[in-house]
Amino acid sequence: MKIGLFIPCYMNELYPEASMATLKILENLGLDVEYPTEQTCCGQPMANTGCAHEADELARRFLKIFKDYDYVVAPSGSCVAMVRNNYAQFLDGEEGFEHLKTHTYEIVEFLHDVIKPKSMNAKFPYKVGIHNSCHGHREIGMASMSERNLPEFSKVKSMLSLVEGIEFVTLKRKDECCGFGGTFCVSEDAMSAAMGLDRVNDHVNAGAQIVTGVDMSCLMHMQGVIDREKLPIKTMHIAEILAGDL
Amino acid sequence: MGHPEAAEKFIANDERMHWHDKALWFVREKRDLAAHGIPEWEELRRVAKQIKTHVMSKLDVYLEEFEENAKEKGIHVHWAKDAKEHNEIVLKLLLNRGAKKLVKSKSMLTEECHLNPYLEENGIDVVDTDLGERIVQLREEAPSHIVLPAIHLKKEDVGTTFEHFLKTEKGNSDPTYLTRSARVHLRKKFLNADASLTGVNFGIAETGGIVVCTNEGNADLGASLAKLHIASMGIEKIIPKIKDLAVFTRLLSRSATGQPITSYTSHFHAPVEGGEMHIIIVDNGRSKILGSQDFKQSLNCIRCGACLNTCPIYRRSGGHSYGYTIPGPIGSTLGPSKDLSANKTLPFACTLCASCSNVCPIKIDLHHQLYKYRQHVVNAGLLATKKHTILKVAAWVMKHPSLLDFGGKIARKIVPIMPRSILYSSANIWGKKRELPKFPKNSFKELYKQHKEGKK
Repeated sequence: MKIGLFIPCYMNELYPEASMATLKILENLGLDVEYPTEQTCCGQPMANTGCAHEADELARRFLKIFKDYDYVVAPSGSCVAMVRNNYAQFLDGEEGFEHLKTHTYEIVEFLHDVIKPKSMNAKFPYKVGIHNSCHGHREIGMASMSERNLPEFSKVKSMLSLVEGIEFVTLKRKDECCGFGGTFCVSEDAMSAAMGLDRVNDHVNAGAQIVTGVDMSCLMHMQGVIDREKLPIKTMHIAEILAGDL
Repeated sequence: MGHPEAAEKFIANDERMHWHDKALWFVREKRDLAAHGIPEWEELRRVAKQIKTHVMSKLDVYLEEFEENAKEKGIHVHWAKDAKEHNEIVLKLLLNRGAKKLVKSKSMLTEECHLNPYLEENGIDVVDTDLGERIVQLREEAPSHIVLPAIHLKKEDVGTTFEHFLKTEKGNSDPTYLTRSARVHLRKKFLNADASLTGVNFGIAETGGIVVCTNEGNADLGASLAKLHIASMGIEKIIPKIKDLAVFTRLLSRSATGQPITSYTSHFHAPVEGGEMHIIIVDNGRSKILGSQDFKQSLNCIRCGACLNTCPIYRRSGGHSYGYTIPGPIGSTLGPSKDLSANKTLPFACTLCASCSNVCPIKIDLHHQLYKYRQHVVNAGLLATKKHTILKVAAWVMKHPSLLDFGGKIARKIVPIMPRSILYSSANIWGKKRELPKFPKNSFKELYKQHKEGKK
């Protein structure tokens, strides 16, 4: 099984630790992982802003780079959702796209659905609040959503439960959006920041020490609010907890 | 003013913004309890969607069946291609009977057609009888929500409004007192009305009758007392059979307010004795939407308002920030369908969180429609030039990995040593209310290369 590691462009530039943690998780499981170095961006910022032409070019580029891997794994629910749910407009019918679409996974999802480890060899003795980032949550179905009347589950919580010493807090709103929203964070910056603060406060009030989740972009936004408001909490990508990088 | 500016103004009053957010979240939670209390909820949604999809594929047939059956029951049927025709028909019907005083129950369609100002200009006394609608009418405001028209107002605001218009006690904002005062005020209007106008929740093709759902019984009272009843109905309100109604009534009020059913589910299947009943079937841009693969599902909407209540942006910006008759996620697709240029910021007033599509009782693909409409905005050349240019440049850089690596390296060197005054200048929109992430020494790619070297 050859895995292509897909690291979102901004994570490559700004979050090398969380990205390395993702690599470490896969390598520790004895998997054959490769990071194709010519990768850049999946095109989501363009697509979400309506720039289909630009997104189309980047989607084609992405397919070319990743189509020969058995699996593509990324530490981001949002970028995976782009490939899985929004690439069809640009790539339907292209050779290798069906395979790419059905074999691109978010890291936690990949562990939960494909590898199914029984233990993670990680310790994290902290009170943790899970941020169910919308694209991971509702687009690729990482957990049951509060809107639907379906049996409850959470792949995120299931995987985190393998970590020793971890405690979960209960939020008032378990799956409300944090307001990052890609280019929304600057085109509606006042709204975005207000939503971010509300979300962070829910975690603070629930007694969380750490907010974690599968999307660094949401966490980056919330950390920005935390740092500005000097709140007693911090964010951490889920890969860093699962990798035992404490 | 676009949505971002209007939202910023709403947010500036932090206390009120949070009050509004909590009031609507409370409704959303009530909806959750009601929806989760029905084991077959998801099945109901699936069936409702199937019925609506079927109707939309044969809308012409069902509309004609509806017309025929309505006429057989002695109901007059009129067709209006747009708002202007609709308003003219209403006025003509009123003038024909010499009616000067009209009581209305809730109808978003007449809001869409701007019927009230048109009738008032033509000497008709129009009174909205839904309590929330009456409050906003007295204040000369538009409804800020499709089910809860005055949800943007606190009881104190209502108290002040009633003090001024209904001469209630000064400073008394007790909800029961205010409601009773409104009741006394409206009762007179009902008794003196020459005609009534209602909206339509469902038009049943099989019977030719209409169904109106209210919590206040104002539609019944208006339509039963006055000898002239006009019902305004969008072409999309048709359902095939009376038995289909149960699917929708079970979904509608649970989704809207968390009630198992509205207090009144009124069936109008004939004029009152000695009276006339007219139904105006209105297109006003709907058939254009029906012809669009990407957006036709928006016609399946039953106006429950659940997508508004769940929308984290609606809750924090209020209905008026959308600048369109129907706010929230559904309005953000219907608005651009009506006029893309005037409503170009609405598809972007959304983080694509997808809560709306999942709360929707008819499973309308709301967030996909907003995603799609963004492309229409760009294709029509309506995206801000600066934003478009930035994304074009970004996409170009992304096609040149070595350039991206170089740029990233420079940024990681420079940003940490930049003075705060420059780094957080007005050009840094992110930084207005948030700190920037701490720039690391190395990119992942650099660490990965070292990691690979170390392994060899």
